[in-house]
Amino acid sequence: MAAASTLKNMALCLTAVCLICSAVVGGAYAVTKDPIDAAARAKTTASIAAVLPSFTGTPEEGSINVDGADYTYYKADGAGYAIISTTSGFGGALTLMVGIDEKGVVHNTTVLSHSETPGLGAKCTTDTHFMEQFRGFDPAAKTLAVKKDGGDLDAITASTITSRAYALAVSNAVNVFHKLTGGQGNE
Amino acid sequence: MSKWHFVTDGFVKNNPTFVLVLGMCPTLATTTSAMNGLEMGLATMFVLILSNIVISLIAPMVPDKVRIPVYITVIATFVTVLQLLMQAFTPAVYETLGLFIPLIVVNCIVLGRAEGFANKHSVGESALDGLGVGLGFTASLTVIGIVREILGSGAVFGWKFISGDGILAFVMAPGAFLVLGFLMVLFNKYLAKK
Repeated sequence: MAAASTLKNMALCLTAVCLICSAVVGGAYAVTKDPIDAAARAKTTASIAAVLPSFTGTPEEGSINVDGADYTYYKADGAGYAIISTTSGFGGALTLMVGIDEKGVVHNTTVLSHSETPGLGAKCTTDTHFMEQFRGFDPAAKTLAVKKDGGDLDAITASTITSRAYALAVSNAVNVFHKLTGGQGNE
Repeated sequence: MSKWHFVTDGFVKNNPTFVLVLGMCPTLATTTSAMNGLEMGLATMFVLILSNIVISLIAPMVPDKVRIPVYITVIATFVTVLQLLMQAFTPAVYETLGLFIPLIVVNCIVLGRAEGFANKHSVGESALDGLGVGLGFTASLTVIGIVREILGSGAVFGWKFISGDGILAFVMAPGAFLVLGFLMVLFNKYLAKK
């Protein structure tokens, strides 16, 4: 039989339950904090390694403000820069890691997070033809925009907005690279 | 043996998805592929079993008028713990399901079993019920995921056997409703025959 619903009982019961639950959540947080940080770091390291030519040593983290937006970048000696670039896709923020080698050529790109439509825009993480276009893309020789906008990139079928956002993110990263190295932007 | 029916009940007669039609939000939203459905089902099962156990233990001490807030607090605790554990040890899974994990708190299956079963039954029975309903939910989500993945992407568990694109609608929300509806008809037809 349940305890009587007197004010005292109710207050005691809720307080006790909340205290115990907070302790459990606090404990879980303390136990998982290090693995969570490690997992986040491992992911960053893996994406830097994926977008840049092989390098030795630890990439140096930094941040820079270009055209009113803050960018985080990682400088790897002898390999170039990995720049985190965010634009608006179809469903929300589209965040890429863009690797640019020391000559200013895009080495590779990878999607860090997105909220594009499954089966349409979300293909920006699986459509190899689309992603391969950015591998070795030289922004000095070609235009970083989809063909519909007069550029040199094939868009993902039925996902022009996502493709535009992707191209813009890479293009922004190229501008950040030029700002970092003191050269001219591509626009 | 006599308690075995607590598990099978949750799986067939009280199947949360096809019979009770509870927890439709995660059902429709996460079953874009078989793997996502399976993972979401297992995550929910984890919370279900633990919250059923704890609630059956504390139910006699909880005054009636505050039982819902108490149950929700207990459920939310387990969901938060699960979320932290997933972030720490299965970051890839957390990335696909991240948004839907906190929503397990308001999944009516979990509160429904707490209110409808766990607070009237013993710890052992509640654990078995959590296991049964959890397995039922997992199986249902996996089946929906398999059908949607076959039709929508031409693959099963990420293994592609049809090249090219599938029928896009099945990856998106309308396909989820269609698949759910047809499977529900099949399931209930099978139940009616028995």
